[in-house]
Amino acid sequence: MTEAAAPDHGFRTAWAAMLRTGHGAAVRPGVLNPLIARTADLLHRAAEEHPFRPELAGQVGALLIDNHFTDPQLLSDAVQLIQTRPVPDGRGPALSGAFAAGWAAALRERTLREQEAIRLAADTARQEVERALRVSEARFRALFESSAIGIGIGDTDGNILAVNRALGEIFGGGPEDMQGVRVNDLMHPEDTPGVWEAYEELIGGTREYFQFDKPYYRRDGEVVWTHLTVSLIRDDDGSPLYQVAMLEDVTDRYRLQERLRHQATHDPLTGLPNRAAFFERLERLFESPEPDARFGLCYVDLDGFKVVNDSLGHDMGDQLLTVVARRLESALSPLGHMVARLGGDEFVVLLENCRGEQEAVAAAKTVLAALTRPVVIGDHRLAVGASVGVLERRISSTTPGAAVRAADLTLYRAKEAGRGRWTLFDPKENARAVSRYAVSVRMPAALDRGEFFIDYQPMIDLSSGAMTGVEALVRWRDPQLGVLSPEEFVGVAEETGLIMPLGRWVLEQACEQAADWVARFGDRAPKVSVNLAVRQARNAGLVGDIDRILRSTGLDPSMLQLEITESTVVGPEDEALKALHALVDMGVSLAVDDFGTGWSNLAYLRDLPVSNLKIAGSFVGDLHDPAKDTHLGWRIVSGLVSLAHTLGLSVTAEGVESRADAERLRLMGCDLAQGWHFGRPVRPAEIARRIAEGDPDRTAELPAETGPGGVERRHAPLDAAPAARQLPVPGPDFADEPEIAPSAGPESAPGIGPESAPGTDREA
Amino acid sequence: MARPNWVPAGTDLDKPNAARVYDYYLGGSHNFEVDRRMARQAMELWPDLPKIMRANRAFLRRATQYVAADGISRYLDIGSGIPTFGAVHEVAREYRPDARVVYVDLDPVAVAHSRLILADDDLCQVVDADLRNTDDLLSRPEVEELLAPGEPVAVILNAVMHFVTDDDESAKILARLREALPSGSALILSHASLEGRPDQAGSHQDLYRATPTPLTMRSREQITAMFEGFDLVEPGVVYLPEWRPDDADTVDPHPERMTGMAGVGRLS
Ligand SMILES: C[S@@+](CC[C@H](N)C(=O)[O-])C[C@H]1O[C@@H](n2cnc3c(N)ncnc32)[C@H](O)[C@@H]1O
Repeated sequence: MTEAAAPDHGFRTAWAAMLRTGHGAAVRPGVLNPLIARTADLLHRAAEEHPFRPELAGQVGALLIDNHFTDPQLLSDAVQLIQTRPVPDGRGPALSGAFAAGWAAALRERTLREQEAIRLAADTARQEVERALRVSEARFRALFESSAIGIGIGDTDGNILAVNRALGEIFGGGPEDMQGVRVNDLMHPEDTPGVWEAYEELIGGTREYFQFDKPYYRRDGEVVWTHLTVSLIRDDDGSPLYQVAMLEDVTDRYRLQERLRHQATHDPLTGLPNRAAFFERLERLFESPEPDARFGLCYVDLDGFKVVNDSLGHDMGDQLLTVVARRLESALSPLGHMVARLGGDEFVVLLENCRGEQEAVAAAKTVLAALTRPVVIGDHRLAVGASVGVLERRISSTTPGAAVRAADLTLYRAKEAGRGRWTLFDPKENARAVSRYAVSVRMPAALDRGEFFIDYQPMIDLSSGAMTGVEALVRWRDPQLGVLSPEEFVGVAEETGLIMPLGRWVLEQACEQAADWVARFGDRAPKVSVNLAVRQARNAGLVGDIDRILRSTGLDPSMLQLEITESTVVGPEDEALKALHALVDMGVSLAVDDFGTGWSNLAYLRDLPVSNLKIAGSFVGDLHDPAKDTHLGWRIVSGLVSLAHTLGLSVTAEGVESRADAERLRLMGCDLAQGWHFGRPVRPAEIARRIAEGDPDRTAELPAETGPGGVERRHAPLDAAPAARQLPVPGPDFADEPEIAPSAGPESAPGIGPESAPGTDREA
Repeated sequence: MARPNWVPAGTDLDKPNAARVYDYYLGGSHNFEVDRRMARQAMELWPDLPKIMRANRAFLRRATQYVAADGISRYLDIGSGIPTFGAVHEVAREYRPDARVVYVDLDPVAVAHSRLILADDDLCQVVDADLRNTDDLLSRPEVEELLAPGEPVAVILNAVMHFVTDDDESAKILARLREALPSGSALILSHASLEGRPDQAGSHQDLYRATPTPLTMRSREQITAMFEGFDLVEPGVVYLPEWRPDDADTVDPHPERMTGMAGVGRLS
């Protein structure tokens, strides 16, 4: 339009300003500017054109509405503005009216259109939502129906409302079979404690969900194990509405677990509970016993099983064990006792709620009775016997560990006492054995801590009375056990292998000491005699070790004597023989210790490169045993002396305790003697003092001591008597040194062997 | 918040709805009695509300023009509501006739309405998604397609972030969106604010508490923080009418009465 300088210029400016504010501010320029121009133009035409067409003003109103100028305030402003415009021939009111009517009519149309549009949108949206709901419901339904997990929905009264196929299958039927079933019908005696409490809390609304492994009975009566999760569904107000249970069949997993558990607790060969199961049961027994509750243990070890195994083969051995297990099981289980296999040919019977020693002994007898009949395997009739160690105690008086150890030691005694018998636990025997046990536990650290030391016992040349030698004897000062003599720990050292480092240490110490004496006293220094354990003699490194020790200490090999036992060399092919020859070649001399007590094979004594025989102290000791023939005793000793001389060996008598004996031995031609009469084992300083004083002839000097009344039991087999430590009965002179009764001489009396001293103190 | 998207939101026509209440303030008739009742109640307490809404709409128009003039032709309008007039695609196309817009809203009615009116526009898409479920939103095919070419995209969060009540959540949403945007993109954001009319803020928030979309007004500082990672375009975060007015003279002498604050940021 072309009204640049039109008379309504002021109106146009005001009109544009009005439309640019308010809603107009939100209208983009591309729409707003043409709108302003167009409406102003229409209004101009309505005002000026002939004929008068008020509908043009009506169009303006409609155009405004079309562009969302719907604010009633705008209508008011616009009418007022139109009124201010000078209009010819009284058209003004009609023009305003037409504008307002056009605006209102368009607004009405627009409103209705928009209402319709929003309704349509709402409907569409609702339909869309419903469709989506149907889809999602279908998805949920599919999920529910085809789920591999069993799903069930119930109300909070415990009525099951719906279940899926998987759940039906878990219970061994279809979903329809669960109809009318109530949650409470699904109890099982093996339900985990707490599952039903949790359930009550859930339906009561104080718990949102719970999870348990729970067994159910299937319809066929079988048990199915499930992993169960139950969740609570609340309504919009939060009140409990439904419970949803999800069950996963974990029966296979359970079975596997049980099998693994069975495997872990049962011996695969015999099917008996194994060691672990036995200890578990025993420990449970000790957990919270009644005050007076008692229990019993029978430790069973088959006699001669090794022979079967070695001669007939492992298969036969295994079959034998299976039969034995079956017999024990069927004899003892009916009595309510547990039979377990501890390993090898060891079994144990556990008596819970034992009524007393009688019952435990009866169980042991039952064990022995069950094994009297020979076992027939194929063509073999195998006579099996067993030894049984029986222990019966109040539970509160002991611990599982102590009880088992005690039963084991008792079994040991049964075996020692001869096979095929039962032995009842003896607290005194046990105490001794236990101290032996303590030794084995403490010894390894003792060497590191320097708890061992060496005493030396003089060896006297009977013809001159001079101290020409000393025997090195190792001691152990344990902080708790006191000073221990070799008998008390050498056996253990042999078993544990600790004899190797210990023996080497003794050799080093003794050689160093001997070298020191040589340096100080020259010719007057005594030769040192050190015991060599069987295991040491068989060790390939022995020769090298001794060579190194002699070099490093500078001791002349001729100043060292090694004492071996008869059992060190068992035959002409023995490797130990080579080592011994090498040592002798080196200049070291050898003595046979404890001669006459072993299985002396004189034939190969000839092949041994020894130069000295030490007659066991028991021979001399026996001379004073009133029960023994003294005359015969002396004849034996003299026989041994002449035998040695025949072989070209010198002889040392051990255990010499009186001047009379010493004298008689001297007259008999015995070369050397050792024993309390000539001096007990003492600290090296004391030896040095005696050398310095020119070692007077003890034969003359010392008062004669009464001969031993006791018998030396030095040669009881090592494993027969646990190195018993008898009560020390210190004599007046030796108050601070406990005397040890030598009771066990290991088959070897290594560097460490027992001194030739009597076992009992007659001075006391 | 995370609702699997195959479970639809309800259409509860018994409750006032932010999109329709907003339409009513703007003089539209895309609303129902419940919406109007709430709007009238709010206006009674705070008669300026329609003006504020118009100022908000005017900001959106100016901001869209600004980024369109700067060459952006892709728009992601989140919380688009019921674009009765002056919809983003219309404004943008004045500068970029090829402008594409993806409208996103949570309200099924708003979405349905948008679909009805945009059915014939190939360059516009409507997505029903929840802004708070940002990963889901970004993985919608329409949105992926918009972002795919790596061309700058203007994300519009106009008068919608105040419906995200948790501050941590809003920060996460913005970070997630920022990560997804190509460089050169823009953020257009307006937000109901505590500044200006603290006296009104409380009761207004109370009213929205009853709607499916409760409202949280925030301080200028908090709103500015939403632009973290973006370079704020001059004049920064300001009252709605103060943001690049067409004509400085038309700015109301009391811009703080328009309690919304707004800004535009660019991603370098
Ligand atoms: C006040 S309107 C703003 C409309 C438009 N953006 C404007 O500024 O003119 C707010 C819209 O955001 C939507 N909305 C609210 N919360 C939302 C969310 N979490 N995700 C998507 N949209 C949301 C509402 O449905 C409503 O349509």
